Amino acid sequence: MALPGESTLASRGAKRPGRAETRRPPAPATYPVRTEEDLLTVRHAVRAATVEAGFGLVDQTRVVTAASELARNAYVHGGGGTVTLEYPREPGGRRGLRLTVKDEGPGIADLDAALTDGFTTGGGLGHGLGGARRLMDEFTVRTGPGEGTVVVVTRWTSR
Amino acid sequence: MSTSDAAVRERLTRALHERGEEIADRWVELQMEQALLDTDIGEAELREEADALIEALVPGLRSGVPVDRVVTSTPGLHEAVVGLSLRRARAGATPTATSLAVLALKEALLKAVQRDTRDAEELFASAVFMNRLLDVAGALSFETYVEGREEIIRRQSQQLMEQSTPVVRLWRQVLAVPLIGTLDTARTQVVMENLLQAIQDHEALVAIVDITGVPTVDTAVAQHLMQTVNAVRLMGADCVISGVRPSIAQTIAQLGIDLSTILTRATLADALAAAIKLIDGPGPDGDEGDGR
Repeated sequence: MALPGESTLASRGAKRPGRAETRRPPAPATYPVRTEEDLLTVRHAVRAATVEAGFGLVDQTRVVTAASELARNAYVHGGGGTVTLEYPREPGGRRGLRLTVKDEGPGIADLDAALTDGFTTGGGLGHGLGGARRLMDEFTVRTGPGEGTVVVVTRWTSR
Repeated sequence: MSTSDAAVRERLTRALHERGEEIADRWVELQMEQALLDTDIGEAELREEADALIEALVPGLRSGVPVDRVVTSTPGLHEAVVGLSLRRARAGATPTATSLAVLALKEALLKAVQRDTRDAEELFASAVFMNRLLDVAGALSFETYVEGREEIIRRQSQQLMEQSTPVVRLWRQVLAVPLIGTLDTARTQVVMENLLQAIQDHEALVAIVDITGVPTVDTAVAQHLMQTVNAVRLMGADCVISGVRPSIAQTIAQLGIDLSTILTRATLADALAAAIKLIDGPGPDGDEGDGR
């Protein structure tokens, strides 16, 4: 049961976050979201990435949860897609983690409605998209009927 | 080609009949030499496998089925190859070692044929025939091996799912489920079944679901928790969610999930205290102070 994400989590978790300041950020990585198990892999990878980027425990949980919501949306509503992780850096020096969640599904017809709490088309709770927006610092969606959906979210470290 | 095909079959059949022992010995020897097996499969077992497979080859050769279908369409032979590969898979041999072991039979067979004839043409025809015959066996072996491993993985993940959701009795009429890992739809189903059955068996009044070991609580997990709570309530029991860590509490609040109708506690100890207050009784079995 050795998932790729688990080993990454263990090895990266062992490093000291403070040392990461001077290192170059890792290259962007893309993960497929085709099955329920892929969601697990994405969560492990994002958790490892938040440690790498130097987030505290609460922010780690926020980002992993947002990633879980968006990846599940791509899987359930978009019929599968990809999650890409990037490590941007602000001019001021703040580091961050950016997730790009992409699918080629039917797209979102009414984005405002989809962002409203309690709105759901799939039998979920309807807090996923709006919740992910509240959990992250930056949030953009590109979508349209038949065009698929791309959600880009970023969270910056508080330091 | 068909006359020579028949001749080759005849020659091989004769070799298998007359030199079956020899072939089996040589094959076992080759497998031991390859030393790729690195498993607990002993010489006696290898010998048994070899005898069974060689015996099954004869009716296969006589059947007149095209050479590349002999292994797959001769029932006894197919089973012998599949059985051998599955045993290797379970014993932990690598897929390469498993198919190489099957392919080593070629050398053993050719050696036996060589004892009967030195004619180059005949030997060449036999070698070509054996390659076509046994390459299929090697491929089948590889395929079976992978299937065998996948079957093991499926069984293990199922076992893991059942093992990792025990229902424990914490107090008189108080049960607890310590959840470890993720809570997906299948897992929720197992947890719910176990928990509801245990509530009935123990006539429990409170069920504590501890999520200390759940790393991420997103809306899907929350929804599964709510379903579990609802089911427990339908059984006439109360449900307490414990192990809500500060980071999880903040995240759930920001997600906008309303868990206010559910009794939640930070730790399992708090939840147990709340549960005991709920059942509002003395200690277990009515005997106050007895901590059993």
